[in-house]
Amino acid sequence: MNASETDFSRHLARRHRLGRIFGGICLVSTWFGIIALGLLLAGVVWKAAGWLNWSFLTSYDSRFPEKAGILAAMWGSFWLIVFTILITVPVGVGAAIYLEEFATEGRLTRLIQVNLANLAGVPSIVYGILGLTLFVRTLGLGRSVIAGALTLSLLVLPVVIVSAQEALKAVPASLRHASLALGATQWQTVRHQVLPASIPGILTGVILAVSRAIGETAPLVMIGALTYLAFTPGDIESPLHLVTRADGLGKVPLDSYTALPIQIFNWVSLPQTEYQHVAAAGILVLLVILLVLNGAAIFIRQRSQKHSRW
Amino acid sequence: MAESIHPPPSLTKRFTVSRLKERLIRLVLLVCALLSIATTLGIIYVLFTEAVYSFGDDPAFFQEVSLSQFLLDTEWTPQYEGDRHFGIWPLLGGTLLVAGLAGLVGLPVGLLSALYLSEYASWRVRGLLKPVLEILAGVPTVVYGYFALVFVTPYVLRPVFRDWLGFDVDIFNALSAGVVVGIMILPMVSSLSEDALRAVPKTLREAGYALGSTKFDVSTRIVLPAASSGIVASFLLAVSRAMGETMAVTIAAGQSPTLTLNPFKSVMTMTAYIVNISQGDTPTGSIEYESLYAVALTLFLITLAMNVISQRVLRRFREVYQ
Repeated sequence: MNASETDFSRHLARRHRLGRIFGGICLVSTWFGIIALGLLLAGVVWKAAGWLNWSFLTSYDSRFPEKAGILAAMWGSFWLIVFTILITVPVGVGAAIYLEEFATEGRLTRLIQVNLANLAGVPSIVYGILGLTLFVRTLGLGRSVIAGALTLSLLVLPVVIVSAQEALKAVPASLRHASLALGATQWQTVRHQVLPASIPGILTGVILAVSRAIGETAPLVMIGALTYLAFTPGDIESPLHLVTRADGLGKVPLDSYTALPIQIFNWVSLPQTEYQHVAAAGILVLLVILLVLNGAAIFIRQRSQKHSRW
Repeated sequence: MAESIHPPPSLTKRFTVSRLKERLIRLVLLVCALLSIATTLGIIYVLFTEAVYSFGDDPAFFQEVSLSQFLLDTEWTPQYEGDRHFGIWPLLGGTLLVAGLAGLVGLPVGLLSALYLSEYASWRVRGLLKPVLEILAGVPTVVYGYFALVFVTPYVLRPVFRDWLGFDVDIFNALSAGVVVGIMILPMVSSLSEDALRAVPKTLREAGYALGSTKFDVSTRIVLPAASSGIVASFLLAVSRAMGETMAVTIAAGQSPTLTLNPFKSVMTMTAYIVNISQGDTPTGSIEYESLYAVALTLFLITLAMNVISQRVLRRFREVYQ
């Protein structure tokens, strides 16, 4: 073995060692995020232990930490989401259908696409300012559920449009060609062939948009979701009241409200340390809701992959 | 004489009810699509009329405060009657400090985990780790703020930097906000960079191995440079997200507009100022209230510029493989 060969094998060993160290660093980096998530969850559960109980779920906020509850915030978030879905689903899916099925390649289509990409990057607080100026003040909706839902709708609309576009793109062109060849108009093709085939994908996108909207705090702080409320929108305090107090439903859109993240933010801001436990209990409720929603999205995605028609 | 042949009515462009219906539906769908443009125009209109030039009676912010006061002053005290200063730098500095710290945490960790997921991990491990990182991206920002205030500062930063190294660590500080925002942008960097890394064709890697490269050489000298445009774009998007971050920063970084580079001090970001004003009882129309729009306009322009640059980088410098 001559000198350059030993040199080479020594270098090679070092290169491999370097590679192993680098791979190790990459692995540690990946685990960094996962461990951070684990610590966050463990910390919240630890702080919330003993505070998250039935009376927490069924009482209003209070000046006494032991009595504070999340009832008003849960119903506020519920109504916000209901109205956000009612607004974004038709508009978002409609926009996606236009862009994928009707629009021709051109300047306008490109402009809309670029604009969607840019809107997704606008900080959520800026949407809050738009909502405050447009819905709360100019349109005079005040600090109402509907003003909050409209603001959140503008915020999550790009998410709904883009995911619905992906779902429509995944439908094979042969399906459209077959329908058109049988004499269906373009809208009939969309309505009876393309849209039903893309429902699972659209639903997944809507659920993800909803889980984004539920956790959004900044825009709602801007447009004045109240932090202390001793009533729920439309006085509906339990699912049963949806039937027994049905006359309250009409009052819901214009009632004032608070929402889960707003309530949590309020508790975090309070100086008494007991409220840290109350906040943790609220966070736990919020995280469980998000987990259920994301689980549902994954379930729908996998089910539709299994039952795929093509 | 043979009768002239007419095409069937369905092939002529004549008016029919079903054609009208088709056109109407198309129009409605177009309106839906245009709503996203209307949103952008709405944002620009609101920020412009409240901050730059007002068409109504109330003067806009920059009609009362000159641009040089805004850009050259180094104090931000809109609430002190008699001694008002409108220098954006303390707020901008706070935002840049927190975003910079977040970048120091989130960008390298995100890139390295992207490298691990695309180059090292088996597809099974990848399938397990990716959803967990996605959960991290779905945690609401107010929760990150709570985590920073209740856990990161008292249990990590204070023991290490105050008790051990002797720094003065405020309970509200830029570092705790930076760390949690870094964790928040990590999944974004990781997933966008991984997409870029995986888009590099296998043939390039195999060519590297054929020339005697080790895995480390291939990852860092071939795959990483080939994916650099996508990685830079993901970095820009992540930093712009960090700058627009509101709740975590408002809760953890504090409310004192000071121009400092000390990460253990309390600072105020642009977003925290906006929240602060909107929560107080500042009367609408006052100069203090109008300043909110000037700050928001600054934030909007900065994040927009970063997003546009990020898209340009992606388009201009992308290597096209067959």
